[in-house]
Amino acid sequence: MRELMLGNKALARGLYEAGVCFVSSYPGTPSTEITEEAVKYDEIYCEWAPNEKVAMESAFGASLAGRRSFCGQKHVGLNVAADPLFTMSYTGVNAGLVIVVADDAGIHSSQNEQDSRHYAIAAKVPMLEPSDSAEALNFAKLAYEISEQFDTPVIIKMCTRVAHSQSIVEIGERAEIFKPYEKNIPKYVMMPGFAKKRHPVVEERTKKLIAYAETTPINRAEIFSDEIGIITSSTCYQYVKEVFGDSVSVLKLGMVNPLPPELIKNFAAQVKKLFVVEELDDVIENFVKSLGLEVEGKNILPLVDEFSQNLIAEAFGRKIPAGKKLADEIPARPPVMCAGCPHRGLFYSLKKRKCIVLGDIGCYTLGAVPPLSTIEMTLCMGASIGATHGFNKILGKESENKTVAVIGDSTFMHSGMTGLANVAYNQSNSTVIILDNSITGMTGHQQNPTTGFNIKGDPAGKINLEALCHAMGINRVRVVDPYNLKECDTAIKEELAAPEPSVIISRRPCALLKYVKHKPPLFVDAEKCIGCKSCMKIGCPAISMKDGKAVVDATQCVGCGVCSQLCPKKAFASTAEV
Amino acid sequence: METKNVIIVGVGGQGSLLASKILGHLLLNQGYDVKVSEVHGMSQRGGSVITYVRFGDKVYSPVVDEGQADFIVSFEILETARWLSYLKPNGQIVTNIQQIDPMPVITGAAAYPENLVEKMKNAGFKVDAMDCLSLARQAGSQKAVNIVLLGRLSHYFDVDEAAWQKSLEANVPPKFLELNKKAFALGKSSC
Repeated sequence: MRELMLGNKALARGLYEAGVCFVSSYPGTPSTEITEEAVKYDEIYCEWAPNEKVAMESAFGASLAGRRSFCGQKHVGLNVAADPLFTMSYTGVNAGLVIVVADDAGIHSSQNEQDSRHYAIAAKVPMLEPSDSAEALNFAKLAYEISEQFDTPVIIKMCTRVAHSQSIVEIGERAEIFKPYEKNIPKYVMMPGFAKKRHPVVEERTKKLIAYAETTPINRAEIFSDEIGIITSSTCYQYVKEVFGDSVSVLKLGMVNPLPPELIKNFAAQVKKLFVVEELDDVIENFVKSLGLEVEGKNILPLVDEFSQNLIAEAFGRKIPAGKKLADEIPARPPVMCAGCPHRGLFYSLKKRKCIVLGDIGCYTLGAVPPLSTIEMTLCMGASIGATHGFNKILGKESENKTVAVIGDSTFMHSGMTGLANVAYNQSNSTVIILDNSITGMTGHQQNPTTGFNIKGDPAGKINLEALCHAMGINRVRVVDPYNLKECDTAIKEELAAPEPSVIISRRPCALLKYVKHKPPLFVDAEKCIGCKSCMKIGCPAISMKDGKAVVDATQCVGCGVCSQLCPKKAFASTAEV
Repeated sequence: METKNVIIVGVGGQGSLLASKILGHLLLNQGYDVKVSEVHGMSQRGGSVITYVRFGDKVYSPVVDEGQADFIVSFEILETARWLSYLKPNGQIVTNIQQIDPMPVITGAAAYPENLVEKMKNAGFKVDAMDCLSLARQAGSQKAVNIVLLGRLSHYFDVDEAAWQKSLEANVPPKFLELNKKAFALGKSSC
């Protein structure tokens, strides 16, 4: 059957057809939909783990137990899961184990643009790189064969344009695989005596994988010209074909680690001029150079950002179409916190108190943009708490009464908890605010250990944040409603002043959750409005100034009432009351 | 057939994902090779978003670049202006005239340009502009702006009505189907 399918959905279909029984992942753009699609197959047990490391370890356990397993994450998620990955390379697997890492060239929704191919090289595991949805499906199935044949975890590297593009796939049938667990201490217990013996196994395996890479059909030479030859992979292959069609020769690599030296040399011998077209780092190019071949790549193409057909055409000296524009300056439209976002009131209160806010990863990172401009640091998942601890240890009283960490509920469970353990243990007088919107928001509403529901929306274990913080040794834990500015302000003032660590839980569900019942929109009584712009300080996309008066966009307003608490003239009223 | 390129632009959260899904499904059933590239994640929080739909005999790249779009389908007039350079010479614009202030306009750091439709027409762009929001409300939900636009776009496609209906049925949840069919019809009959 022929279907138009998102790359991530096609990959999930591949998992199903490969007989995968276990999926454990942590959401992260652009990888999230793989797990969300996999859960639709009854044959696959799926879960959101608290973080990528736990997800990968769980997938490893499932592989040991004898079923094909999977773990998906975005590029930075693999940093978190790198620890199990590197040693799983030594233990190998029982049933096949496949890992997806989804890179985000172009930084559409990430904190950096790292190139995950380095992980495959460093951990010495094979990496496949599909270039469209059909390959995502087929490579997923092939990855399990490679995993079992070579006794290794296999990484599939996606990127935003493969993960989030739809193209045509042919779907097939599911296979069932079961490999009973067998106790094997020297293989699975990585203590020095055993690990030392496994390392040569890894090196031998790499040699066999290189031989495989030389002949696998997913590495293919398309010979059309003896003038120009381009080595490429992933979505770059599609751009190269878009620009050149069948006018140049292409070596399309579906397997990017290990690379096939003989195949590359043979290809190079068939063309006069050799190029590598790859996004981000010069991984393939450096390998080609190490073979003693003359090649061009990053001398004409950038190391940063994602590519496109125009970018490649221009790099190769081709004329690209120029579009026409209006003379007007077009204002930027950066992402913003939604109308009714529960984070807004809390950030307003922090701004008012002139707090130093060290932030974290989630929708609330938008607290860094005008007019709130409150967050002063965002690094990685969980870093807000560790950084606040260090900041306070150095500056002492100077910062303790004005510095806070802000972190979401899901991010706190992911890796904020260990930061809080450090605050409690090494006793920095730090104030941590958990923005509990009862969901993982940015990635599109995934459940987490604090929500009480599992990935299917069924009731599940629910971690009580207050009890958890208390148990970790934090005496001062209080809950506020971020729609209530006075309550937020009092809590922030008191907890910053307190002579010990404290946690404020700012609790209200994400305004986009379907079960959240909103109030009718507000409107501004133009007679009362004096145009003071007090309500504009919160950066609500539903409020703007027209002819010197504030106006509310009724299509966006959800009646949260944060703006009306700022109005000195009580000009806001509910449309329900007219 | 030479590959045709459509870009669907708007403000994150306006429903471009559903519009691209319906369009992609329609074109697949017409026998074309199709690629659609979507935006997920942070930009969906009220940012400027662009979705690409490409179809033809053989489509390679999933994205559309500057100067390549045959159609701009836009949910918001400032976004139409933002992505104009993606249009081919003689490309067609199908746009909602709704204005949604971006944050720099709300905070007073920038001004929302005036008379954009007129300026585009004066600059020689082929602009088909309409008030989709009113029609969507008339259909029963302001969220149906995306389907009103598709109804209007259907004028420019040599695809019969039944195929559009089939694609709507396949991609819209049953309880919203009637509403969306009405929105499509209103968009279609609006010119």
